[in-house]
Amino acid sequence: MTTSIGLGHYLIVAAILFTLGIFGIFLNRKNVIIILMSVELMLLAVNINLVSFSVFLHDLVGQVFALFVLTVAAGEAAIGLAIIVVYFRNRGTIAVEDINLMKG
Amino acid sequence: MDLIAFIFYIFAAITVASGVMVIAARNPVHSVFFLILAFFNSAGLFVLLGAEFVAMILVIVYVGAVAVLFLFVVMMLDINFTELRQGFLQYLPVGALIGLVLFTELVLVVGSWTILPGASTAITAPASAAGTVAISNTHALGQLIYTHYAYPFQVAGLILLVAMIGAIVLTLRQRTGVRRQSIAAQIARTRATAIEVRQVKPGQGI
Repeated sequence: MTTSIGLGHYLIVAAILFTLGIFGIFLNRKNVIIILMSVELMLLAVNINLVSFSVFLHDLVGQVFALFVLTVAAGEAAIGLAIIVVYFRNRGTIAVEDINLMKG
Repeated sequence: MDLIAFIFYIFAAITVASGVMVIAARNPVHSVFFLILAFFNSAGLFVLLGAEFVAMILVIVYVGAVAVLFLFVVMMLDINFTELRQGFLQYLPVGALIGLVLFTELVLVVGSWTILPGASTAITAPASAAGTVAISNTHALGQLIYTHYAYPFQVAGLILLVAMIGAIVLTLRQRTGVRRQSIAAQIARTRATAIEVRQVKPGQGI
């Protein structure tokens, strides 16, 4: 790939996205749905890292692992949203500070 | 500036901007839409990298399944989202501080790493070896996941199965007090259980 865009550019984009994910968790501490979306953003950043390293090192294994990360992200979103739905059905709220049944 | 760099900057800028909007939007429905935009643009970045298969899977899985799931849940639950946004500015300084520290560390790592000289010999699955017939990205990935990574691939399928069963078991509920049609009970009715012949005496009710 003969272009001025190198591996570092993609890594910086991934780093910004990962930081945005962390920042989103802090910013929306009361809304568990936005927290889940922030986790998805962080997983996306990891995927960008894996795929860009895979391409620039000419090693396909990174893309295989990106597929596995995608699988786990899909499963995590399904289970997390199911838990939110069940919790809302039982308690009528999903505010994070009210989720203290287990006294953790 | 060449064309690929221009396209890269467009995709990267839209991805980062929609990432900001995901965490800053007032309405969670808008957050989900910006998440979809971020996924589409990172798929564009992947296409630019030459990883078409992962890009298309990203669009199908994330936009087609995960984001729609988020949209369903956000719209289905009756939540006062303005109440949930209280304390947004209260957490802004500490969040910004931690984000800044983390981002600085990540940039320092990106700026200082080098690839070991021997790293190119450790590659287990070369993307396209020189001198061989060039095959597409999807073809090469397929050759890899169905041979060397067959067991991890099966485990990934198992994870999806567990997630599916878990989500169904979590959200399934048996409502009490709902009268449902019971076909077995209807078929099992006999004449003896259905009707009863009573002798009605004159002048009296039953």
